[in-house]
Amino acid sequence: MEILVAAVIAVMTSCGVYLMLRSRTFPVIVGLTLLSYAVNLFIFVMGRLSTGNPAVIGSGESYPDPVPQALVLTAIVIGFAMTAFVLVLSLRARAELGNDHVDGREPVRSAKPADADGEKRK
Amino acid sequence: MSHLLILPILLPLLTGILLLLCARWGMRWARALSVGSAALLLVLSLVLLRRADGGILELYALGNWSPPFGIVLVLDRLAALMLVMTSTLALLCLIYAASGRDGPGDSLHPLTHFLLMGLNGAFLTGDLFNLFVFFEVLLIASYGMLLHGGGPERARAGLHYVILNLAGSALFLISVSLLYGVLGTLNMADMGRKVASLDAADLPLVHTGGLLLFLVFGLKAAIAPLYFWLPSAYAAATGPVAALFAVMTKVGIYTLVRVYCQVFGLDGGLPEFLQPWLWPLALITLALGVVGTLAARQLRQQVAYLVVVSVGTLMLGLALNSAAALGASLYYLLHSTWICAALFLLADVVRSQRGPAEDSIVQGPPLAQSAILGLMFFAAGVSVVGMPPLSGFIGKIALMQTVDSTAQAMVLWPALLLAGLFTITALSRSGSTLFWRTQGAVTGAGRAGAVPLLVIAAFIALSLGLSLGGHSVMAYTRATAEQIFHPQAYVQAIQDFRPLPSPHDAQEVHP
Repeated sequence: MEILVAAVIAVMTSCGVYLMLRSRTFPVIVGLTLLSYAVNLFIFVMGRLSTGNPAVIGSGESYPDPVPQALVLTAIVIGFAMTAFVLVLSLRARAELGNDHVDGREPVRSAKPADADGEKRK
Repeated sequence: MSHLLILPILLPLLTGILLLLCARWGMRWARALSVGSAALLLVLSLVLLRRADGGILELYALGNWSPPFGIVLVLDRLAALMLVMTSTLALLCLIYAASGRDGPGDSLHPLTHFLLMGLNGAFLTGDLFNLFVFFEVLLIASYGMLLHGGGPERARAGLHYVILNLAGSALFLISVSLLYGVLGTLNMADMGRKVASLDAADLPLVHTGGLLLFLVFGLKAAIAPLYFWLPSAYAAATGPVAALFAVMTKVGIYTLVRVYCQVFGLDGGLPEFLQPWLWPLALITLALGVVGTLAARQLRQQVAYLVVVSVGTLMLGLALNSAAALGASLYYLLHSTWICAALFLLADVVRSQRGPAEDSIVQGPPLAQSAILGLMFFAAGVSVVGMPPLSGFIGKIALMQTVDSTAQAMVLWPALLLAGLFTITALSRSGSTLFWRTQGAVTGAGRAGAVPLLVIAAFIALSLGLSLGGHSVMAYTRATAEQIFHPQAYVQAIQDFRPLPSPHDAQEVHP
């Protein structure tokens, strides 16, 4: 169980980091979202994995740690708000800058392929 | 338990909400309310400073939950010092903005108050996760402030700033939950107590969490190599926003001091696992900041690099890792925040008077108020590079005097002196170009009224005040550093804390 959860977190984090390093804003935002999912899961399992424990204190012999559950709720709310904000911001940047590259300008392509095309046409 | 402690958080929150609700009353009311509230906040911070100066820690348990289970606010000398620094900065910047430089739109004032709420909360809280929450509050306000005014340049800088900080927040959460997973508590004093008596097998995990936190705070504080977002963001922001942002890097430095000395440094000072990183990173930050000031093409960009230089200097102070050095660093922190804010405002005024040349460091039309602006630029420049008689000189001298060994002196002295020399070169180049190498006629456009100039003069007067009252300020910052280097008192205060008896309990005892 621990290995499965750890693997899920690891895969989500690495996908998130990979997408965050992309050059268009949309993949970057999806990457940030994946990263925040991974982080939320990570916070949640820091209260240790256990089965068969009631979530309410006092209704059983033992109970899971309630603090990570409170933390993950806070983190989900904040992460959700920030994702909404960055989504709107990227749309705004797309409108202001005319493209969706994270640097706000299209990368300058080398002139060679265009020249080659031009020569072909000649 | 005094309710005064939570007022620095509640006052900006209520003001911000009120400003949002009263938006249609018109700008005059909004400005009066905003400046008035900031003035009240300054008074409140000064009252708290007086209380903290007694050296007794005051705790405020939210909801009367006793620590370490509930969240506590803690007022010590460091928190009070940061509150006073921030509220002074905010008051002056808001007066500057209220003189007609808060356009377009009316969103700058409420956003500033939400930023203040986040900042004050971050300074006062004694809980690591609560620190994260207040960081998010101040960050989301700062996103809005950075984008204030619109335009492609701000959209581009804002996108980088927001994405970087979101990644930083994710790292913050990972490190906080890692530390919670090992220590089982989030109260910083309690964490410190548990780290001190930790199993050797758990230490690597705790150190990993600690170093991840260093990455997060390094991003906020703009320590090399994580400072690349800063120059473009600060240069893109409007004048008053850039001036207010002078405090943002200092928040990173503050949390660095607070968290490491409290959680990992129960035996005094910064923990050993951090120390190998401090010297090289401080020197690289200082060097790259200096190169940036020399290479900058716009005045605002140059001032932004001066902020990086000040971060490098402060990091050198932290690397010395002694109470005396921390005291000198805190003095330098006060000085550099205020004087960098003055320079940002000055750059804003200069920019509005140069027509299409804006604040590019090239030959342009003469300024309408060349004499007074030039004089203030000279004074602020003298202070920021660390020449007598202003506060930068005192801060640097104090820092240099705190070296323990010749080896430290051989690194620190040349670094600080050379950085000073190169920043003098850079500032004299930009000053002489902007004020003397002029051509054409005075356009007279964008003549600044009395209020903006008086605000800049007030910042310079603060710098002069810091150097005239240097003895008492330094005494306070030294006492602050001593308090930070002896965190056992804090741990004791948390352990001795007794929640207020609730009326319910009282009824049960005496029916």
